[in-house]
Amino acid sequence: MRYGVPIAVAGVAAATIGLVPALADSGDPDLPKITAEELVAKMAESDVDQMSGNVKINTDLGLPALPGSSGGGDRGGPFGGGDRDRGDEGESGKGEESPAVPQKKLMELASGEHLLRVATDGPDKQRVSVVEDAAEYSFIHNGKDVWTYDSASNSVFHAEAPKGAGKGGDKGGAHGKVPGDLADLTPQEAAKKALAAVDKTTSVSVDGTAKVAGRDAHQLVIKPKAAADSTVESIRIAVDADNGTPLKFTLTPKGGGKAVIDIGYTKVDFGKPDASTFDFKAPKGAEVTEKKLDGRAGKMAEERAEKQAGKSGLSDLSGLQVLGEGWNTVAEIEMPGGAMFGAEGPGGKEGPGGKGMDSSMAKSLMEGLTDEAKGEFGTGRVFETKLVNVLITDDGKVYAGAVTKDGLVKAANQAAK
Amino acid sequence: MSRADTAPSAASAGKPEASVAAGPVAAGPAGPAAAARAPGSPLRELLRPLGLFRSELVTTFRRWRTLALLLVLMAVPVLVGIAVKIETSDGGSVGGGEGDGPAFIAQVTNNGLFLVFTSLAVTLPFFLPMTVGMIAGDSIAGEAAGGTLRYLLVAPAGRTRLLLAKYATTVVFCVAATLAVALSALAVGALLFPVGEVTLLSGTPVSFGEGLLRTLLIALAVAASLLGLAALGLFVSTMTNSGVTAMAATVGLLITVQIVDTIPQLHAVHPYLFPHYWLSFGDLLRDPVYWDPLLKNLGLQALYVAVFGSAAWARLTNKDITA
Repeated sequence: MRYGVPIAVAGVAAATIGLVPALADSGDPDLPKITAEELVAKMAESDVDQMSGNVKINTDLGLPALPGSSGGGDRGGPFGGGDRDRGDEGESGKGEESPAVPQKKLMELASGEHLLRVATDGPDKQRVSVVEDAAEYSFIHNGKDVWTYDSASNSVFHAEAPKGAGKGGDKGGAHGKVPGDLADLTPQEAAKKALAAVDKTTSVSVDGTAKVAGRDAHQLVIKPKAAADSTVESIRIAVDADNGTPLKFTLTPKGGGKAVIDIGYTKVDFGKPDASTFDFKAPKGAEVTEKKLDGRAGKMAEERAEKQAGKSGLSDLSGLQVLGEGWNTVAEIEMPGGAMFGAEGPGGKEGPGGKGMDSSMAKSLMEGLTDEAKGEFGTGRVFETKLVNVLITDDGKVYAGAVTKDGLVKAANQAAK
Repeated sequence: MSRADTAPSAASAGKPEASVAAGPVAAGPAGPAAAARAPGSPLRELLRPLGLFRSELVTTFRRWRTLALLLVLMAVPVLVGIAVKIETSDGGSVGGGEGDGPAFIAQVTNNGLFLVFTSLAVTLPFFLPMTVGMIAGDSIAGEAAGGTLRYLLVAPAGRTRLLLAKYATTVVFCVAATLAVALSALAVGALLFPVGEVTLLSGTPVSFGEGLLRTLLIALAVAASLLGLAALGLFVSTMTNSGVTAMAATVGLLITVQIVDTIPQLHAVHPYLFPHYWLSFGDLLRDPVYWDPLLKNLGLQALYVAVFGSAAWARLTNKDITA
């Protein structure tokens, strides 16, 4: 009979773990009705520039697992200690750049689950810390200084923005974002980008309410309209009912299943963050990489960021054409010499990074990762992820876009005509 | 509690256990004699659990085995410290400056205090829990194997109280083992590397005093991380009459769970595995401290203690003690 005690304890614990979140979730907040236009206007008007909180980022692009780049982000690999997955940096980065260089961190964040601690106080002060196993990567922007600190390697990256770069209202933060765009990894920025893409091919509606990070929020749903080939099912943005701040951003793929991108606050505080949060001095003994950003470098980085977002900057690439419009947009890139790997698609972040592999290995890997595609354009191979698909034709053209395989083939056929 | 207070209680209740561990030959005649004695004064009644705990503690920490385990644990920071010193003697950085290797190791050359964190990160996955598993696994089963369990139970202490004393001793060992690693690392770190202002993971500098305080908190967090395993080992220990079997089973369980925790396909069960949040102690070095995983870890350990502690109690109080 006494064995009942441990069983009861375990049972109660299991019930608590199972039920408490369910109870806490139930009951979406009761909020006054709001139209989509009003909600969008509210978001635009939102003037919250002081806040801090925890952001959870979950990216599942459905990339095939490559040897040497595990999922990452998961806490507690017991034998792993602090060694995080740096597989995808190994080839390109070693010996050349400091590990604190922000672009590398962005690559890591493009897959798996990550926790960020963010704090903002106006356009001149931001701090983003990527919480890792027994390590932390901090990005601090304070006035003209941009610091990043990687505790795992004890290295610092410091950049000073040029004078006058702060002009231009909202873009004032731009020089802060130049080296890394890390500050973009918040639901606000994601929502801003999504709204910028809204045009007549898009439907925007309000779909109920939700509770995010303990705050009441309206849910804004953005759906592609008449875009049969788009891989995007919907984008859902939870907007704080009080001050119009986007709290959660979810992108669901058409194929169903888990969200491709899920960025949301798990904790949020709209108070003024402690001023010392944004103070940073290079710690003693840390390896410091200095970089002076003149206007040109800043501009280039900005352009690159735009290219990564797959927007207007694309047309700057040589041999690049944009086919279709709205959600069906497909980018066509001509590759010099018809190399299989080498050029990055517009979703450059998602590229599997085949550089540095010898060609036979690359070829067999390529065949394993891609499907064959045929059409009027000839033959080619399709590399599929949940969001972005890339078609590489045998005559050296690359078609990429957030559209299905059929959409790519259609675009390629049209282009071939 | 002074020595004079405990002397009588040790004579009535404590002594049999203390001598039992020394060997059944000595305990044989003493056991029944103690049982035949009438219960002591109310004061002694109150002190008896402590007396039992005290004698357990003394028995455990007097064993050569325990001392050897602690010595092995203390050797780890020495090894790590010397290795880092040699590797960086030419001015280079550990792991090529790419952040490879055990957690915090890149910081050790700047601040000896980080050797404590590195050593704990190195020993926590396996060394530390293995020693705890050995002590916990041996606690009841070892007595049963030595034929001394029934003499322990003959004393008017009760099985529940015996179990509590055994578990408390294991808990003390968890703390002692963690402190052994931490203090040894602190000594080696201070000897080989500069100490001073501590840079937290977030890049914020804090004074050495606060660094030490955080180190103490980390040691306690690590010791607390081992409590779940200690309870598991105690439960396993009540299942068998062979000390070696119990130790092997506990350590085997530890390894199995550690492996399961690394298999990504089993991520659904990961949050419920006792080692899952072990490395959360590093979160104490953030600014501000990130408490969520630390609290999750403590909650999980408490759950394991409750479940397996009560299971051990159910088992021991129902068990036929034949040896």
